[in-house]
Amino acid sequence: MADARGVLVVAELVQRRPSRLTRELLGLARRLAREAGGPAAAALLGDAGEETAQELIAYGADAVYVAAHPGLAEYHSEAWTAYVAHISREAAPAAILIGHGAAGGDLAPRLAFRLDTAVATGCVEARVEGGRLLFTRPCYGGNAREVVSFRTPPAVATFRAGACGAASRDGTRRGEVRHVLLDAGAAARRTRVVERKRDDAGGTRLEDARVVVAGGRGLNGPEGFRLLERLAQLLGGAVGASRVPCDLGWCPRSWQIGLTGRTVTPELYIAVGISGAGHHMAGCGGAGAIVAVNTDPEAAIYRDARYGVVGDYQQLLPPLIEEIERFNSRDRQAAS
Amino acid sequence: MRVVVCVKQVPNPEIAASQFRVDEQAKTVVPVPGVALVMSPFDEQAVEAALRLRDRGHDVTITVVSMGTESARAVIKHGLAMGADDGVLLVDPAFEGADSYATALALSRAIGKIGGVDLVLAGRQAADWDAGVVGAGIAEMLGWPLVSFARELRVDGRAARVERMLDEGTEIIAAELPAVVTVSNELGAPRAPTLRETMRAGRKPVAVWSVADLGLETGEVGAQGARCMRERLFIPEKRSRCEFVEGGSPREQAANLARRLREAKLV
Repeated sequence: MADARGVLVVAELVQRRPSRLTRELLGLARRLAREAGGPAAAALLGDAGEETAQELIAYGADAVYVAAHPGLAEYHSEAWTAYVAHISREAAPAAILIGHGAAGGDLAPRLAFRLDTAVATGCVEARVEGGRLLFTRPCYGGNAREVVSFRTPPAVATFRAGACGAASRDGTRRGEVRHVLLDAGAAARRTRVVERKRDDAGGTRLEDARVVVAGGRGLNGPEGFRLLERLAQLLGGAVGASRVPCDLGWCPRSWQIGLTGRTVTPELYIAVGISGAGHHMAGCGGAGAIVAVNTDPEAAIYRDARYGVVGDYQQLLPPLIEEIERFNSRDRQAAS
Repeated sequence: MRVVVCVKQVPNPEIAASQFRVDEQAKTVVPVPGVALVMSPFDEQAVEAALRLRDRGHDVTITVVSMGTESARAVIKHGLAMGADDGVLLVDPAFEGADSYATALALSRAIGKIGGVDLVLAGRQAADWDAGVVGAGIAEMLGWPLVSFARELRVDGRAARVERMLDEGTEIIAAELPAVVTVSNELGAPRAPTLRETMRAGRKPVAVWSVADLGLETGEVGAQGARCMRERLFIPEKRSRCEFVEGGSPREQAANLARRLREAKLV
């Protein structure tokens, strides 16, 4: 790939529409492509079809490579790696951008090795400097950040949410849709999915929530999450957690926010009983404003917080909920 | 069944953030006096996953492999004390400065040299660079299936049956052996070495292999074989601007917080 040009985004869909992270990556791809030269392209795998391809174009893709196959609708390591590698060879981009999650974290390193190149995972920033692509990523449990460059093209990178503002939609944009055909034998099926278990999401997806209320070790047990759920529901938000409550079984695993969990970028992040270790902050540091509720006035979380309250959450949250309910009912009266 | 567990020695990740320092010139982390080097916690859970196969009655031989300096012998000993059977230490000045690519190359060659390996386990990521790349790289270099982020591992005939973490749930994957599986923290706590196993560990064999022993050239490994370069290493600056919300009672504090959030149009 000596003449590598442009940027390729591997699209991730939520209910057949580009996820918020994919829309962010398209925005980032456009910026990098403008600075480094070449087109912004997207790879679309699955059975979503033409309408979704046009949606990716509306959000900034100049070209969309479509691998239409119902077997690709859900992430499958072997098949996705084979298809995305094939698309990458055809598109020959200088960089490939992938969302940092359970799928991207599996796909990106495999893809990089298959393309004989390197990968930077969990990035929070990318830029072009002197014609070179540079990627910034947290390391050492979020205590440090490193900036890396690549000796070999393409640069493969996974990104956390919030690395770039989402691209704005422009329905008048035009782009090219290319269909990709791959001999099924090439994607040798040595692995198969036996079963999938989805946690009951029941509400707003963490990544899309405007408000996230998260609990940590300081909740002292699973019951505390009921209070957090009430607050989240009131604010139209979602509930998350640091790693300890997940490991202790106080809440579903899928609630984990942080270096090895999910990355959220809400406008408001309410951290309850969370100490604020680097590995947790790696998943929520991009929030607009953090409110920290902790009994320990020395907790590290206050260094990241916009508002801090020192005290017992069990005494603080019920009156906070009441107070916000009062605001809301006043709003309703004013509106009627 | 032969299982290889790839382990890495890292500075104890439980260190307080306030103690953490980097040398921006050298682009390295400054060792803190008194902070021990340990086996990366996810790798410890990978050793645990291997041992649980034995607990379930499988006839497994477990080899712990680590690339590093001579000091990495300590993490191999730790794996042996947990219950692994033997170890391989990859030591050579030429390995220094390796990125994930060069590391995966050396480890995959070592796995080939061990021979007859059915299953390779590694932590989902190492607690120093947090990259999560080497396990997948080994799978690609060996041409084996990969299952990432395992919370449970079983072996059923010639297939691994792995429950892996998804963003919003889990899935069970059946992968033909030989395969590579990376282990996530959801697997649960690793066992602590017993006194008896620790005593026995001293007598278990540990082979030491160099670049030449792996049939590699010095230009292919370490910094020379790296495809990624570290341009900078720094501690992100935090300008604390936290406004502490006070009050005579928790109720008053809560009311004041609600008012501040309302003023900022956050609620």
